[in-house]
Amino acid sequence: MEKFRANLMLCAGTGCVASGTMKVKAALVEELRKRGLESEIKVVLTGCNGYCAEGPVMAVYPDEVFYQKLTADEIPKLVEEHFLKGRPYEKLMFKEPEKKAAIPAMKEIPFFKHQVLRVLRNKGLIDPEKIEEYIARDGYQPAARALTQMTAEEIIQVVKDSGLRGRGGAGFPTGVKWDFASKVQSDIKFMLCNGDEGDPGAFMDRSVMEADPHSVIEGMIIGAKAIGSNKGYIYVRAEYPLAVKRLQLAIDQCYEAGLLGKNILDSSFNFDVEIYQGAGAFVCGEETALMRSIEGKRGMPRPRPPFPAQKGLWDKPSVLNNVETLAQIAPIILNGAEWYRSLGTEKSTGTKVFALTGAVNNVGLVEVPMGIPLRTIIYDIGGGIRKGRKFKAVQLGGPSGGCIPESLLYTPVTYEDIIATGAIVGSGGMVVMDDNTCMVGTAKFFLEFTADESCGKCPPCRVGTKILLDMLTDIAEGRGKEGDIETLEDLARDIIATSLCGLGQTAPNPILTTIRYFKDEYESHIKDRWCKAGVCRDLTMFWIDEKLCKGCGACLRACPSKAIMGEKKKPHKIIQELCVHCRSCYETCKFKSIKILPAGYEGDPYELAGAAEEAKKGEA
Amino acid sequence: MPRLKIEDLQKIKEKHKAEFTLREGGYRAKITVHMGTCGIAAGARDVMTALMDEISGANVTDVIVTTSGCAGLCAREPLATVEIMNSPPVKYCDINGEKIREIFKEHILGGNPVEKYALVVGSETTY
Repeated sequence: MEKFRANLMLCAGTGCVASGTMKVKAALVEELRKRGLESEIKVVLTGCNGYCAEGPVMAVYPDEVFYQKLTADEIPKLVEEHFLKGRPYEKLMFKEPEKKAAIPAMKEIPFFKHQVLRVLRNKGLIDPEKIEEYIARDGYQPAARALTQMTAEEIIQVVKDSGLRGRGGAGFPTGVKWDFASKVQSDIKFMLCNGDEGDPGAFMDRSVMEADPHSVIEGMIIGAKAIGSNKGYIYVRAEYPLAVKRLQLAIDQCYEAGLLGKNILDSSFNFDVEIYQGAGAFVCGEETALMRSIEGKRGMPRPRPPFPAQKGLWDKPSVLNNVETLAQIAPIILNGAEWYRSLGTEKSTGTKVFALTGAVNNVGLVEVPMGIPLRTIIYDIGGGIRKGRKFKAVQLGGPSGGCIPESLLYTPVTYEDIIATGAIVGSGGMVVMDDNTCMVGTAKFFLEFTADESCGKCPPCRVGTKILLDMLTDIAEGRGKEGDIETLEDLARDIIATSLCGLGQTAPNPILTTIRYFKDEYESHIKDRWCKAGVCRDLTMFWIDEKLCKGCGACLRACPSKAIMGEKKKPHKIIQELCVHCRSCYETCKFKSIKILPAGYEGDPYELAGAAEEAKKGEA
Repeated sequence: MPRLKIEDLQKIKEKHKAEFTLREGGYRAKITVHMGTCGIAAGARDVMTALMDEISGANVTDVIVTTSGCAGLCAREPLATVEIMNSPPVKYCDINGEKIREIFKEHILGGNPVEKYALVVGSETTY
């Protein structure tokens, strides 16, 4: 085998590819060739590295130097400095916000430092398209052990003992699920993988499927042996083309190597896997709807029981596990249940991957031990709130989850503690919001999504989510009435109690949590016609505080509708008739002289602004 | 890829060991070739090429090679530093392709520093 002195692990996850990885790769290969280094230094394309905000990113081994925001133009200089002259190139290294010193080593960068990688153990370390690299990192050894040295009962016991719970959102113990299915007598059983990741802002499963497809397949092989299945399907949405491509490639490699098909590793165990591409309906992430979709029917849920472990796909016993759950199976078999339990809490063991997005500095994919406080994820790994703004809420669990306020930031991330806040851990979407977010608008955003994605089978969800959405729209547009909040809460509880599947049973959560923690915002929308965040256009009036305005003209230039007038160095004024409420002036002003008043406010702004300031101080 | 047997999994892992030693760490020896302008002008490229050739030939998996800038002793370039885990590093000076081959065999593989080419023993470590 050829020897290289360095491996350049260039991220080819969807995020980095979108920001130009392929151009960077071409430039790298060309420059290394020009300098005669192509036989010494190897460029490897990896799956998602996780630090999507800084892409395209690249890790250099053995030096462990991390480069970010690469461009093709910078490559010649980088190659000359680092790979020819041996001087790591500072310009492209990570720098902490507001600090100038570059941090060369990947393990020193705060974003990576606090993470513990189990699900993402191979991220950025292997080429996902090469099965040999997966095997080189202990891949398929656990499957070999499970198939040749363990009974189904032993496998199930280890998984039960590990405490692993389904990472799709509900958190049901995986070993128990397998146990149910293994005890049902049937000639045919199905082992299914749920890759229908649908929460807005969530991309954990996509990254695993792209960066380490074999880890999912290996989990399925072990699960199949445990429940006694010979046929599996991976359900992936068609909007994930790269995941589909890499999974298919991995499946083909497995058939060639005899890791799928007949008599796997001479163990006399047979298992076939096929990919089924979904059309991207949110409800198809629900297990019974997903199974109907694979059957070729319209993806709609059905009442349970019977549970899929008895009657699932084509009425045969079936187990459906989430991508992230399956990716953890091989290491559990390899290292044992105790190893797995060594992280996390008593009831929420191991690690969880989160897709950290929104108003944080470091957007990306993070894996942390369960039980760490939300604050650590947002401030230490996420690097705090963007542009130094104030934290307002963190949304967990997507459209089925809820918003958690600042007062609960020390909540440990476990299934139980998060449910107590009214949100759910869910599949791992974590959207951070700053003080420019309107909570009524946030609830409305998620209800628009669920009302749209409701399959229409049961009335509580179909009609109920529509009524909730209409009421929220009324409140956001200034037609809210006294008593609306109580009606919303009442209806939300009825929908939760009577809906057929998880979609309807959780859809009202965003409303309930925002009312629970941000009731005053609903009230000011309804009573005062005032969206204090300045997001709901009909409930907002922008006004320049003449005492603070320096007349710099920045807002005047930023205004797209010429609604601001004023002479240089004299206070400016907004012509309300022309204002389109685009917030440009508000975002631009350096002196915080632009204030948000209730729509059509005719009283003395200073009185109101003063009152608002007082109220804010009181809160703090 | 042919059908795998269980023992093949371990063989594949062994075959890729060198590459993953690079990526995961855990190497036994590290050779740093000083590649400042002075080093390159004095022939550090030949040293590097010869070294990579030796490593490929010897089929070792726990040795890594890295580069660094000028070591500050431009007159004695090309310089290379050999660090074997748990023993003091050795700096070699005025080396060339032939000398590094000898150093590789004697010091890296054999464990005996080549005194006649050595500049100093026990300077700063980088691990």
